[in-house]
Amino acid sequence: MTTRPMPAQPGPCHGAPRSQRVTPQAGSSAFSAVGVSYAVGSTQILRDVTVHIPYGRVLALVGPNGAGKSTLLGALTGDVTPSAGQVFLDGQALSHWQPRDLARTRAVLLQANAVAFSFTARQVIEMGRAPWIGTPQSDRDEEVIAAAITRTDVAHLQERSYPTMSGGERARVSLARVLAQETRIVLLDEPTAALDLRHQEDVLTIARELAREGRAVVVVLHDLSLAAAYSDDIAVMQGGKIVAHGTPHEVLTEELVERVYDTPVRVMIDSDTGAPIVMPRRTRTS
Amino acid sequence: MTRRGIALAVTSLLLLLGVVLSAGLGQLPIGPAQVLGSVAQRIGIANSWAPDQVLIEQTLWQIRFPRVAMSLLVGALLAVAGAVMQAIFGNPLAEPGVVGVSSGAALGAAATIATGVTFLGAWTTAVAAFLGGLAATLVVYATARAQGRTEIVTLLLTGVAVNAFAGAGLALFMFAGSSAAREQIVFWQLGTMNGSRWNEVLIVAVVGIPAAIVAITLAHRYDLLALGDRTASHLGVRVERLRIASVVIVALLTGVAVAFVGIIAFVGLVIPHLIRMLLGPSHHTLLLMSLLGGATLMVYADLLARTLIISADLPIGLLTSLVGGPFFYWLIRRNRKLAGGWV
Repeated sequence: MTTRPMPAQPGPCHGAPRSQRVTPQAGSSAFSAVGVSYAVGSTQILRDVTVHIPYGRVLALVGPNGAGKSTLLGALTGDVTPSAGQVFLDGQALSHWQPRDLARTRAVLLQANAVAFSFTARQVIEMGRAPWIGTPQSDRDEEVIAAAITRTDVAHLQERSYPTMSGGERARVSLARVLAQETRIVLLDEPTAALDLRHQEDVLTIARELAREGRAVVVVLHDLSLAAAYSDDIAVMQGGKIVAHGTPHEVLTEELVERVYDTPVRVMIDSDTGAPIVMPRRTRTS
Repeated sequence: MTRRGIALAVTSLLLLLGVVLSAGLGQLPIGPAQVLGSVAQRIGIANSWAPDQVLIEQTLWQIRFPRVAMSLLVGALLAVAGAVMQAIFGNPLAEPGVVGVSSGAALGAAATIATGVTFLGAWTTAVAAFLGGLAATLVVYATARAQGRTEIVTLLLTGVAVNAFAGAGLALFMFAGSSAAREQIVFWQLGTMNGSRWNEVLIVAVVGIPAAIVAITLAHRYDLLALGDRTASHLGVRVERLRIASVVIVALLTGVAVAFVGIIAFVGLVIPHLIRMLLGPSHHTLLLMSLLGGATLMVYADLLARTLIISADLPIGLLTSLVGGPFFYWLIRRNRKLAGGWV
């Protein structure tokens, strides 16, 4: 696969001058969360989470409902301000970044993607280019938007009004918007939740391609087999903590999955890819 | 020619026609040629169309033109205020009149009329109207928005509460004020362009036009806001700052529009909605066309108000509410059908 040129590198407001910034090397940390805790009232949602997220890899964030996956993602995007600990982006504390520079560095796909007023799918995707207005990058708007539309298979939806589309169609159009943003970090919160089988595979293939281009990709997922098949690393969350972090083979053991999800499972190996497949153990009831 | 270009051309033509008609029609009919001739003469082009009677000149420049100019401005500002409000609430039902911003502004203005305070000269009423409008907008904003979402029911109920409170305040000032003040306040609640003077037009223009221009420069950010607060901020918008700036803009636009002519409801609802239906929701087009469309609507509304009943000047607010009320009702029904409920 060919590696695409990375978009220009904006940095934090008082970082080095633009010309001195280097393209991040695969393997160097995009995000570092250090000792991050977050509480709402007396409910502790994140407990002392430390995680490093490198460029060039897909990290799947998995765990039971309420484990704190979306909140951790929120802490990385800056939507959630940790009550303790700090998040660093390219080595700079997140709070030191300007919103515009952040928007040129990381793109986010949320679980809920409602749009007020009947914008067309095309208009929604074009909004992904907003951070680049007034920069030389905006000369490539057309090209980038066309590529995002092709990649997410939404060409036939372009002129449709967003609010009239189905959940899965909205999710793909929103993903196209995220791709149009052309950032070196991509955060996806359950991008496959509303998708059919083929589009689930498509979306994670895209995630993998993004990582091969040198970008850092974080995906919140529920389907462990999907996570195992497409991610380089898996971080398992439970009760606001990361309880395991490593390659799919290291992390997805029957013992760990059973303990975290509190249900019996069988872990098999996909004979085509060698990736683990996690199946619940079911008992016949009749 | 694009749809937008056609809409722009048609609205501009209608607007010009409306201005000429409105300046010409009335107790003293003045032909379109004379109207145009008089304007041309004023801007230094000598011509044979210009009226030679002093009475016609005076009627045009002291009564008709300030009134036409006031209608244009008020219509434009209210329509833009409506569009901005809908953008920040992410909801097509938000409108200064409906949610009580207009009556808040009217209450502020009535206070200065009834008490006779004039500490800022001709600006007193405008400033008081702005403050009243700002207070009402902040109340509505603080109540109706929770966790980045606006519930329609809360929004409209807050509007009911604010309107009720401002109505009571207006009644109090009418009760306490002199009979002259009382009459003035009654006219305000109904809204009228009657008796607009150039110095008032100037104040409305000086405050309103810059506020409208700022709103138009924010258009792109309003588009992003439609994606939701979090996504807009991920795209680089400082959401909270944008909202607060917009609340002040709405209060400025509404306050100054209401200050001299009173409450004219539904313009900010009807115009942006029609434009969205015709040209889509993109805010650059929406705000520009609302400006033009609001001005056009108001010129014709004022023309009707003056000429519908011979030798009577109908309150223009009555007229807009007569049309806007049923339209609002239709919009609610339609919204309900589309969204399947009240979210």
